[in-house]
Amino acid sequence: MSTPAPHDISSPLPPLPGHTSRGRLERVLRAGEFAVTAELNPPDSADPNEVFDRGAVFDGWVDGINATDGSGANCHMSSVGICALLTRVGYSPIMQISCRDHNRIAIQGNVLGAAAMGVNNILCLTGDGVQAGDQPGAKPVFDLDCMSLLRTIRLMRDEGRFLSGRKITSPPQVFLGAAINPFAPPYDFRPLRLAKKIEAGAQFVQSQYCFDIPMLERYMMQVRDLGLDEQCYILIGVGPLASARAAKWIRSNVPGIHIPDAIIDRLEGAEDQKLEGKKICIEMLQQVREMKGVSGAHVMAYRQEELVAEIVHESGILKGRRPWTRENNPDYEAVAEAIETVKDQSEHPIDPEEAVAAAFEEH
Amino acid sequence: MPKSAYQPASRSPVTRSRAFYSVRLWSVRHSRGLERIYKLLAGVFLKLHPFWKFVGYKRAEKPVVLIEKTVKSFLFDCRMCGQCVLSDTGMSCPMNCPKSLRNGPCGGVRANGNCEVEPDMPCVWVQAWKGSRNMSAGDNILHVQPPVDHSWRGSSAWLRATAQSAEEKDAQKAEAV
Repeated sequence: MSTPAPHDISSPLPPLPGHTSRGRLERVLRAGEFAVTAELNPPDSADPNEVFDRGAVFDGWVDGINATDGSGANCHMSSVGICALLTRVGYSPIMQISCRDHNRIAIQGNVLGAAAMGVNNILCLTGDGVQAGDQPGAKPVFDLDCMSLLRTIRLMRDEGRFLSGRKITSPPQVFLGAAINPFAPPYDFRPLRLAKKIEAGAQFVQSQYCFDIPMLERYMMQVRDLGLDEQCYILIGVGPLASARAAKWIRSNVPGIHIPDAIIDRLEGAEDQKLEGKKICIEMLQQVREMKGVSGAHVMAYRQEELVAEIVHESGILKGRRPWTRENNPDYEAVAEAIETVKDQSEHPIDPEEAVAAAFEEH
Repeated sequence: MPKSAYQPASRSPVTRSRAFYSVRLWSVRHSRGLERIYKLLAGVFLKLHPFWKFVGYKRAEKPVVLIEKTVKSFLFDCRMCGQCVLSDTGMSCPMNCPKSLRNGPCGGVRANGNCEVEPDMPCVWVQAWKGSRNMSAGDNILHVQPPVDHSWRGSSAWLRATAQSAEEKDAQKAEAV
C-alpha cells in the first residue's frame, strides 16, 4: 500500500475505501508505517490551556494522543472533554472509554458526542478497579466489559444501531482499539483473549508497559502462530522509569505492570537514574521496532511527557518518516462554522420579547 | 488493605479467609464431572417442559429459584445473575469477578494468579481457564459473551435455558414439517 497523497491541510481528510474512520492513525497503520502514539496526562483543572499545553509537547512526533479516562481510577478531566478540546485545535486523539465509570447508556451517548467532535479513534477498556485510585469508596459500574463494549460500538458504527436496536441517523465513523497485557497470568490464555477481542471488533491494540522483551517475544510468537498480527495492528507500550524507587512503587501499586528485577538493578546501579530509565526505554523501543508482527509503539511517559519527543527522535524508530502535523478533523468544519455564526450573532444582543414573538410567528 | 465498595459474596474482607474459596476452587477442579451433571440436569429439565408449561413457567420460578440458589451458591458462590454461563467459563462464576467481566481476565491479574481488587482471592478467570481445559466443551470460553441483562437478576437461569431450548426444539420441528 502507498502512503496517501499530500492534501490541503485546512480541508478535512477525505474518506478512503475500506477505512472505517477518516483518522490519521488508521491511515498510518494501513499504509504499513510504524505508528507512534503517546498518552496525555489529563489535568486536574477546568482550564483548556492546560490541555493545549500538554498536547503541544507531542507536536509533530506522534500519530495519536491517548486521552485517558480516569486512569488508575483517579479523577481527572474527562476523556470526552479532552478530546473535544484537542480536536478543535487539530490534534488526533484516541479517546479511552473505561467501563468502570459509565453504564451502557452513558457510553453510547459519549461515543456519539465524541464522534461529532471529530474523534476518530476509540480505545475500549475495562478500567482499573476503584480500589486503585484516590476514591476507593466509589461505586464500581462495570455494566459492560471491554469485549461487549467493543461489540456495542461496532454495532453502532457498522449497523447504525444502538444496543437496543434503535436506529442512529449518522453512525460514528471510528477506528476501534483495545488493550492487551501479555505480562499477566494466565499467560497461555492471553493470545486467545486477543483473538476474542478481534472477534468482538478490535482493529488495533495497545499493550501495557513492556519491560520484559523475552516474555513479549513468547507472546508474539503465539500471536503470529494464530495469525492475529495480520487481523489487527499491535502497538506495544513502552515508557521511561524515573528512578528505581518509582519502579518499585509502580510494581507493587499499579495493577498489571510487570517489571523484572534486572531492570530495577540496572536503575539502582546507574549514576543518573532518570537518564538510565530513558536509555532503557529507547532500547526497548528499538527492539520492539524490529519485532515481527508489531505495528507500532505506544509511549507512555507519565509525568515526563516532555521526554516523548526525545525518546522517539533518539530511538530513530520513525526511520525518517516525517511526523504528521496538526490537521483539521473531518467534522471540524461544522463546529468552526457554528462558532463563526455565534461570533457574528454575539454582537447583536437578543431581545427576549422579540425572540418570543418571532417564535410565535413561525408556528 | 484499601477499603472498597466491593465485597465478595456478602462476606466482609475482615472475616474472610482463604478457606472461604475452597468450595469454589473444588468446583473448578471438578469441572468435567459438574459439566456432565449439568448436561444431565438440563436434559431432565427439558423433558419436563410440558410440566413447566402446565404449571406455568412463572409459577415454577419461585420454588426452582430457591433450589437453584441454594445449590449454586454453595458450589460456585452464585450471584443469581439469571443468565448462567458457568458451562462456558470452566465452572468458575464470572459474576464473582469484582469487575463482573464475562469475557476473560483483565490486565491486572497478579503474578501469583490472584485478583487485582481482592488480593487474597484467586482470580476467577485464571480459575475459569484452568477449569475449561478439563471440560469437553471447554473451548466455549473463546466465545464473546453479550452484556449482562440486569433485569434478569434473581430469576432462574435453569428455567430460562429450558424455555429457550424448548423453543429452539419447536422451531426445528416446525422447520422439519
